[in-house]
Amino acid sequence: MDVYLPIANLSVNGLLIVALGGLTGILSGLFGVGGGFLTTPLMIFYGIPPTVAAASAATQVTGASVSGVFAHRQRGGVDYRMGGVMVVGGMIGSGLGALLFRFLASVGQIDTVINILYVLLLGSIGGLMMREAWASIRQSRKGVPPPARKRRHHPLISALPMRWRFYKSGLYISPLAPLILGVLVGMLTMLMGVGGGFILVPAMLYILGMSAGVVVGTSLFQILFVTITTTMMHALTTQAVDIVLAALLLLGSVSGAQIGTRLAVKFKPDLLRLALAAIVLLVALRMLYGLGVRPDEIYSVAQL
Amino acid sequence: MARVFLMSAAVLAFAALVGAPAGGQERDPILVPAVSQQEVQVRQGFTGTELLLFGAILDPRGSRAADGYDIVVVLKGPAEPIRVREKERVGGIWINSESTAFRSAPTYFAVASSRPIDTIVDARTAAIYELGLDFIQLSPGGAIDPEEQARFTSGLVDLRQRQGLYKQDMDGVTIEEGVLYKARISLPSNVLTGLYTAETFAITDGRVIASAVADVDVRKVGFERFVEVFSQSQSLLYGLLAVCLSVFMGWLAGRLFALV
Repeated sequence: MDVYLPIANLSVNGLLIVALGGLTGILSGLFGVGGGFLTTPLMIFYGIPPTVAAASAATQVTGASVSGVFAHRQRGGVDYRMGGVMVVGGMIGSGLGALLFRFLASVGQIDTVINILYVLLLGSIGGLMMREAWASIRQSRKGVPPPARKRRHHPLISALPMRWRFYKSGLYISPLAPLILGVLVGMLTMLMGVGGGFILVPAMLYILGMSAGVVVGTSLFQILFVTITTTMMHALTTQAVDIVLAALLLLGSVSGAQIGTRLAVKFKPDLLRLALAAIVLLVALRMLYGLGVRPDEIYSVAQL
Repeated sequence: MARVFLMSAAVLAFAALVGAPAGGQERDPILVPAVSQQEVQVRQGFTGTELLLFGAILDPRGSRAADGYDIVVVLKGPAEPIRVREKERVGGIWINSESTAFRSAPTYFAVASSRPIDTIVDARTAAIYELGLDFIQLSPGGAIDPEEQARFTSGLVDLRQRQGLYKQDMDGVTIEEGVLYKARISLPSNVLTGLYTAETFAITDGRVIASAVADVDVRKVGFERFVEVFSQSQSLLYGLLAVCLSVFMGWLAGRLFALV
């Protein structure tokens, strides 16, 4: 089924795009990550211009997180207070990210920076998650009841002034910590065309020490609002949001997200984390490989 | 095919009419070009199209050109200023290093000829009329050394050739009875919209004896045009619409699945 994309200026196989959206949606519901780290590179690989791919992926992640947020809200899995602080940080971050994006694009190094960011972030986070998940799986195999993981935040966090109570997360920490986290993730959203969930989820677990039950829902809540900001920013500056492409992706991803959230309840959290770690590491390795080998296209064209 | 034949006949009749008063005088032949579509409509389901460029050449002295001639057709899309970047291996990874700017690079460029161009004209003439991918005039910006410029030009041509945007077919023009010529050139779906020009050259003994231009308007229509204009003129509203669409679809899916 050929569909012509009016902003991307080319025709694509519509079913393939819907399937791609579906895959992203399942990941989104299952792990609480946006899945942008998979869709954006795959769309670029398919031949969609990078800016259009990143902008439309942001729109699509919005849809996938809406259904995710609704599903988690019913289970009381969203800490609105924590999420709200992160959203404010995320909006500041995406503004900063837009400035950085423009600067890097003007010197022609945006692609390299994005690739290096992918390798470093995905590589280190994937590695950490893999180690952690593997260790806890092995412990439960031995039959020894896994020791209740001491849930505590990073010592640096307690050094920050002005503490707030976050009841749902079970935390009494300074709002500056989630704010800074939000800013960092917002910058990444604008730069890499990703929701940032794959950074947010581990950071909320291991740095903030939030209770696991609200991590995924709150992360989706933050992603929802930051991707809305990113879509608006793209619509206003790059004008690269392709509504037809976004609608196709959405069709797949909103259904996928529902399936994902249902699946998430059925699997052991440790196994889920192991699977996510494997996917993240795989993408990181692919990117590293891409940086090292001679690229197919030595020359690239940028409109002036 | 019947339609093409009919059109060819019309062209011939017109050519005969124009050519008639020239009787006896030593004049250059007349070229009458036509394009199968004056307008290419880009709408939903557009997967590219094939243009048929055809026409007739008439010698004023008789009904058909006496000596053999060759036809070269050049179809050019709108030009835009671009910067071409070159990747280089630095410290183990491939990054963009050098770059050069071109003030007017055509977004689409196709050449079809009845024989290989180097056997029809010399390089100088080919360069003047942009006959062939080696002779596209890109107007490089700034002063850079010719060798480097040639490297960037060939890099650009190679890239766009593989994207299907630049092409040449040395056997793409067929001439029938020494009077009618026709060439088929395909436009892929990723072409930029705008005004395309089809230039036809008749060449004898390495000299361009006649040339003519026909325009093709490639434009978006209907919903596709609406989306493009809307995203540019009302970007705030467009962005809000995109956000609403995604929130609504997400919400709807949640509702529908809750019923399951």
